[in-house]
Amino acid sequence: MELFDIAFFVFAFITVVSAFIVVFSKSVIYSAFSLLFTFFGVAALYVLLHADFIAVTQVLIYVGGILVLMLFGVMLTNKIVNVELKTGTLHTIPALLLVSVVAGTLGGLFYSTWKGDVAPPPPPFESTTKTLGEMLMTSYLLPFEIASVLLLVALMGAAMFARRRTKT
Amino acid sequence: MIDQYVPIGIMMVVAIVFGIVLANINKWIGPKRPSDEKLSTYESGMEPVKTARERFSIKFYMVAMLFIVFDIEIVFMYPWAVKFKELGLFGFVEMTVFILILVVGFVYVWRKGALKWD
Repeated sequence: MELFDIAFFVFAFITVVSAFIVVFSKSVIYSAFSLLFTFFGVAALYVLLHADFIAVTQVLIYVGGILVLMLFGVMLTNKIVNVELKTGTLHTIPALLLVSVVAGTLGGLFYSTWKGDVAPPPPPFESTTKTLGEMLMTSYLLPFEIASVLLLVALMGAAMFARRRTKT
Repeated sequence: MIDQYVPIGIMMVVAIVFGIVLANINKWIGPKRPSDEKLSTYESGMEPVKTARERFSIKFYMVAMLFIVFDIEIVFMYPWAVKFKELGLFGFVEMTVFILILVVGFVYVWRKGALKWD
């Protein structure tokens, strides 16, 4: 599948490059806007993994919602432009531990998927939405309802947060 | 499988090109005869009094947060709606519970006055 590989590399490139800009940009607002492309690239990668519903969700919630929230967060801050971002090295030992754990996990993951050199043939493409709906309502009912409780907590937290700020 | 996404790809490319062209066509082909009056922020309008780079009100954050919460709710409803007929009454009750839990939060936010703008 030639087109598939090209698409993968294009979107992986977009994702990685924009993620680098997010991290290394000197301006917070550039970082926030660059995050748009990161989220978008990840959505495209989901599509390439046959996870179409997750991809739509990614666009709808991360690009449409969370990014806007982050931009508001940036605009709520005191200084938008010319913020002096400190890039010193702090907490070397804990950071080293954490990074090695993450890197080890990723490396193990790479290794375990690399061993079988031939990927299984992709299943015929069909929308995952129906399967998801069925699973969510039967096998994964409890996580589904817990998700609503989580959303409730987020709602109440936001209400508390915004109210306290407006009073002072 | 990827063939099905070709139209989306075409639309993405067209949208990007269209956006770039429309945003810049004025710069490319428009005549430029600037004067002081023309270069002011609002021609023949009020003078701007202070910088536009101001802090936003926290109220915008609240609105965005509410938007995300109900956005996620709608996303959860989508697979349920696709499977609605097969799931029957059981699925309906499940979704009702889900929505009711969120309505509790909505009523709380409303009563707290977080939806009021000022």
